[in-house]
Amino acid sequence: MAEMTYRDALNAALREELERDDSVFLMGEEVAEYDGAYKVSKGLLEEFGERRIVDSPISELGFAGLGVGAAMVGLRPIIEFMTFNFAFLALDQIINSAAKMLYMSDGLIPVPVVFRGPTGAALQLSAQHSQSCETWYAHAPGLKLVTPGTPADAKGLLKAAIRDNDPVAFMEGELLYNVRGEVPDDDDFVIPLGKADVKREGEDVSIVTHGKMVHTALAAAKKLEKQGVSVEVLDLRCLRPLDVDAILSTVKKTNRAVYLEEGWSFVGVGSQIVSIIQEEAFDWLDAPVLRVCQADVPMPYAKNLEQMAKPSADRVVEACNRVLYRRA
Amino acid sequence: MATKVHMEALSPTMEEGQVVKWLKSEGDSVSNGDILAEIETDKATMELSARGKGVLRKILVQEGGTAPVGDVIAVIAAPDEDVSDVVGDAGGVSPPEAGEEDREASAPEDQEESEAPERPSSEEKAAKEAPSEGAASPDGGRVRASPLARRLAQEAGLELDEIDGSGPEGRVVKRDVEAALERDVRLPAAAPGEEYRDVPVSQMRKTIARRLTESLSPVPHFFLTIDVDMTRVVEARRRMNALLEDDGVKVSVNDIVLRATAAALLRHPACNASWQGDTIRVYDVVHLGVAVAVEDGLITPIVRNAHAKGLVQIGSEVREMAGRAREKKLKPDEYTGATFSVSNLGMLGIQEFTAIINPPEAGILAVGRLEDRPVAVDGELTVMPRMRMTMSCDHRVIDGATGARFLQTLQGMLEEPTSILL
Repeated sequence: MAEMTYRDALNAALREELERDDSVFLMGEEVAEYDGAYKVSKGLLEEFGERRIVDSPISELGFAGLGVGAAMVGLRPIIEFMTFNFAFLALDQIINSAAKMLYMSDGLIPVPVVFRGPTGAALQLSAQHSQSCETWYAHAPGLKLVTPGTPADAKGLLKAAIRDNDPVAFMEGELLYNVRGEVPDDDDFVIPLGKADVKREGEDVSIVTHGKMVHTALAAAKKLEKQGVSVEVLDLRCLRPLDVDAILSTVKKTNRAVYLEEGWSFVGVGSQIVSIIQEEAFDWLDAPVLRVCQADVPMPYAKNLEQMAKPSADRVVEACNRVLYRRA
Repeated sequence: MATKVHMEALSPTMEEGQVVKWLKSEGDSVSNGDILAEIETDKATMELSARGKGVLRKILVQEGGTAPVGDVIAVIAAPDEDVSDVVGDAGGVSPPEAGEEDREASAPEDQEESEAPERPSSEEKAAKEAPSEGAASPDGGRVRASPLARRLAQEAGLELDEIDGSGPEGRVVKRDVEAALERDVRLPAAAPGEEYRDVPVSQMRKTIARRLTESLSPVPHFFLTIDVDMTRVVEARRRMNALLEDDGVKVSVNDIVLRATAAALLRHPACNASWQGDTIRVYDVVHLGVAVAVEDGLITPIVRNAHAKGLVQIGSEVREMAGRAREKKLKPDEYTGATFSVSNLGMLGIQEFTAIINPPEAGILAVGRLEDRPVAVDGELTVMPRMRMTMSCDHRVIDGATGARFLQTLQGMLEEPTSILL
């Protein structure tokens, strides 16, 4: 084990997979000369050269399509988007080409590409650069969606995503890059896609979440602990494939659940999770499942309004108390 | 509105019913729940209750007549109501359609679930139509309860409306059900279940349960009972015990039964056999299993080569092994591998009974009590010691006549014990 940042964990995963497999290459805006907009690819150009670490023009649809094509002919491209907000431009390549090719070629043409970059809000990046983009990518069958919240998960899941034969959208977070945590040293530390992780065990209520919000959930759990409430935090880690068993298992244990996500509530990830819970664990529910999401507005620029729009530990505490039928 | 009286499915398998007796006559006024008629089903004579109120206007199936389930057999309506349409419809075998009253009157799940003859009148219909699990609260609304609380209450036999809900708007939640369970607010209907305790199932009990279930389901059992004159066995036993007096040993009637059974089996090897699927294994020796009751179960220690052993030896082996069986000290090879078994409940006063075969054996002899009973001999009533034996046979191995001939031989040996020596 070594303590490192989420950024360095991603960097280590990239380096190890670039070393391990010559067909892996990284392409995106400023990933090479500039070491990446968030320095995730620091030192990789020097180490692997410009054949493997490729700066692209500012043209998301173009280089995403280039990645899809390269994957179709047998390479394992990693396409970095400066943020997934910009990847909207590339949705046609991601959804219409990458996600569907295996199906439309009758299983002949796998597309082992990874699209990675941050999602969600940072600080005062305003409406167009603060979106949580999971829902767009979770919607379409054929695409895997990975949302690591910790450095260890970032490393283990990125390695798994690069090795996976399906296209994977791999969503990071600007505010996660400096988060520190223990990461196994093992070169072969791979976390299988589709396995949720109980980040904290508890008895009274389950907070189910993914990505950056794991930290908000754990902060809320700490606050609730002081109020005598034992909270279980389940980190889905992947939205596709989804670990339904883990969701049902925690709900059946605590009988109460709150879904926490950074994005909007309307047709959000939580809608799907709540649907599964009520369908498959109805008789274990002691309260309606609540969701804590971003306010249903474009992200405000003003600092105070941005704070109010984003999910917070306090709002999670409040939701937990509501499903517990208790007044804090 | 007129109510059709249908032939109802008064037993789960009933397809048609016979009207035994009308308890109301045409022109009698009828209320919900009144017994209208006695109906003979395929199983019993049942009462048919009214599902509506008014006057019994028309009886369509007379006493002694039969009708398929679903047929209209009478009509209830207001005294002056025109029922010609309804009466005209009658006679078809198809189940009734249309009409709120009809649906209520014939909904089969209602009949099965509700023992109360009271049917909802129209003003009660709204309440009735609430989902069945939503018990009505005193103000007529639905009891609010979480799905979990609902399930827990149902499993515990608790009525939700007897539980105070602590959730929002009085919603009954898990903790309320748990609190109610602690107070033990149980349904009156659950009362019979109150006085019991669950005794853990011992391994022996599990084995008995498994083995005997495995026996009765796949093994086609049949049973043959024979009544034996035991006069000479009693006499022989008395004389033998007199001879054995100095040795401090006694021969029991059961020892003689075992010895005779072994001898009879040697003469009827078809009964000393076992079903092997493709073959029937016929044994040339008799290993006799003797059922012994022990605490929390039973076990059958085996007298090996019982056909070649004397009464004293059989008796002492049985008693020795029975003693160790009660102490649970029998070794597996002492209770596995019998070719036939004998179970004796005579000492418990049982006159006759049937035993379940212990596979792969093909038969077991259930021995009843030896008792003085009056019997007719040559037209004269006399009292003599008698004993009944019932043999359970695996029909795959033993046919009726085969078993019967074995029992005849055994009976002959007990009625003339010297023949055992032949």
